[in-house]
Amino acid sequence: MSIFIDKKTKVLVQGITGRDGSFHARQMKSAGTKVVGGVTPGKGGASVGGIPVFNSMAEAVEKTGANTSVVYVPPAFAADAIYEAVGAGIKTVVCVTEGIPANDMMKVYPHVTKHGVRLIGPNCPGLISVGQSKVGIMPATIVKKGNVGVVSRSGTLTYEAIWALTLAGMGQTTCIGIGGDQVIGTSFIDCLEAFEADKSTKAIVMIGEIGGSDEEEAAAYIKKHVTKPVVAFIAGQAAPPGKRMGHAGAIISGGTGTAAEKIAALNKVGVPVAGSPTEIPGVLRELMSRTKKKAAGRTTTAGKKTVTRKKATPKKSATGVKKTTARARAAKPAARTRIRTRGKKTTARKKQK
Amino acid sequence: MKVHEYQAKEIFADAGIPVPPGEMATTPAEAFEIASGLNRAVMVKSQVHVGGRGKAGGIKYAENAEAANVLAQTILGMDIKGLTVKKVLVTAAEDITSESYVGIILDRATKRPVIMVSPAGGVDIEEVAAKTPEKIFKLAVDPVLGLRTYQARDLAFKLYHDIGQVRQAADIIMKLYDVFWKIDASLVEINPLITNTAAQVVAIDAKVNIDDNALYRQKQVEVMRDLDAEEPSEVQAREADLSYVKLDGSIGCMVNGAGLAMTTMDLVKRYGGEPANFLDIGGSSSPEKVIAALKIILGDPNVRSILINIFGGITRCDDVATGIVRAFKELKPAVPAVVRLTGTNEEEGIRILKSVNLPSADTLDNVVKKAIELAGKDA
Repeated sequence: MSIFIDKKTKVLVQGITGRDGSFHARQMKSAGTKVVGGVTPGKGGASVGGIPVFNSMAEAVEKTGANTSVVYVPPAFAADAIYEAVGAGIKTVVCVTEGIPANDMMKVYPHVTKHGVRLIGPNCPGLISVGQSKVGIMPATIVKKGNVGVVSRSGTLTYEAIWALTLAGMGQTTCIGIGGDQVIGTSFIDCLEAFEADKSTKAIVMIGEIGGSDEEEAAAYIKKHVTKPVVAFIAGQAAPPGKRMGHAGAIISGGTGTAAEKIAALNKVGVPVAGSPTEIPGVLRELMSRTKKKAAGRTTTAGKKTVTRKKATPKKSATGVKKTTARARAAKPAARTRIRTRGKKTTARKKQK
Repeated sequence: MKVHEYQAKEIFADAGIPVPPGEMATTPAEAFEIASGLNRAVMVKSQVHVGGRGKAGGIKYAENAEAANVLAQTILGMDIKGLTVKKVLVTAAEDITSESYVGIILDRATKRPVIMVSPAGGVDIEEVAAKTPEKIFKLAVDPVLGLRTYQARDLAFKLYHDIGQVRQAADIIMKLYDVFWKIDASLVEINPLITNTAAQVVAIDAKVNIDDNALYRQKQVEVMRDLDAEEPSEVQAREADLSYVKLDGSIGCMVNGAGLAMTTMDLVKRYGGEPANFLDIGGSSSPEKVIAALKIILGDPNVRSILINIFGGITRCDDVATGIVRAFKELKPAVPAVVRLTGTNEEEGIRILKSVNLPSADTLDNVVKKAIELAGKDA
């Protein structure tokens, strides 16, 4: 099983004749994705690597029965491409495009919501449901079939984390990048909810970064609704306030959105935060063995989700770990160091006069 | 992108928001001339992209043009939080009877523009939010429907009792909301919005930030960019289409991807070093970009070692390696460097690097440790 995309996913590529669109259409196809067509207005009737090109989304959906689209069109036209996909009856839109004005997305978001369409991104690498389908630009070579769900705001950092999991023998169900912009269609919470409901996902890795409060909201959600073990990583501890760190959404503004705040919020609900992406598998393995042990030992009446999670704080369980791998042991102090070294809130926005 | 107060006031004035008359000066003589033209008491306000100008002595009252001239001499060239004042705004002084706050931000949580008003203006709004949150009123506007007049009026009633002033403020809020959309702002702010002895509501300060993603369709705003007020290396990076932020450390970082670039910086700190910069070369592996990136890193005199960290996914490691080799041959850096290439075509990439004797590291953590070691003591 998986989340959001699977074997039944039939993909249309919006902007298929462009440089990125044509390259990734072929990549997706060779990764086993059912790429049923593409759209570039004025290029209808052409073909890209054996994939038929249509003039409009409406025509493409009618001819192919596609249920998903992926957007590679330039930022100035990306919002319109999303509207077109919604209008054509597409149910899942993955928007890879980086650089779409936030004002455009503020209008797109209520529109997709109203029509029950799942929008992933923009400014995201897309997603892979291992062995089933890949939509977007993630390299298919780094994933391995398994039971870990990965969700991230980043691109290459996600690859780094996935690769670390794969090297450690911990395969994945679905790996998803939700995007680095301020206004995005699918949140951490949406993914956590889906992973919690997905039977084949046994553990979750969540990769956040500075800016906004999505990680804090995710922490609150985890406390209430997620029973599966979650390990996090947060990028941007060394980032200065007030500077945009590449992603439009990665900025500490008015003293909020710092890595320290996010790490504290996650630790508070029992989610360990790895000190380096390479330490994620170790931290996760230890947490999983601990959770398993506790689940076996806990009585059914006291089996509330929150109880399980509270007990999972590193401090309390340190003595209760039965089987810990060398890797997990090595990783653990690091996770703690990170908690301790968290900095004070930086500067608040100064007086304007 | 940030614009100066005098530019933000031009934008406001064009939109019909009342602002006191005034002009920008770069010399005391110009300041004198502007103040003479206004023929009344003025404020001389430093124009730098930083808050707390007043507290730093960068905003002063001048009774007449002679006084404005003298004050401009002190303020121009003044250092405010590391920034040199090169421009001042000379603007008519108002007789203030009350100070309020009006701001609009893009709110990430609601994914809507949120209007904030407070009768406690003239001070840092975050301070008001922390100490007296009951004095802040917020409205998340439906971006499709837009701001309705009654909503602006309701907000204005939170600021004033006099119906005349309520109407003026409601009109200002409506116009400010239009500005927010029209120029693709991520923030517009009036702090303070004042009432004067003539019972007029006037914006005596103005702050505008523009969404960088929208600059392609905001040419008339982009020309307002003050290149003088920015880090030269950051300007150079923007022109080369690189994401770069200058920091104070000694480890120069070149990474593909923003999240990984941040993580690389974090690890430099974690293992005892200090990053000299954030630099994301993006998904492209063009040698030109690698050369431009290396030039910027080498232009920073604090850099004592170079850390190159590439996770090849769609980007091919051999392509990046070719770029690195070309860049090193062309620029012949005197500082040591270490490269980590992983992912697509990794072996080929490492082989290419060997031709210029560049040391490589196998993992993320190891490349960081090696870079710190190369930088030597006190990295």
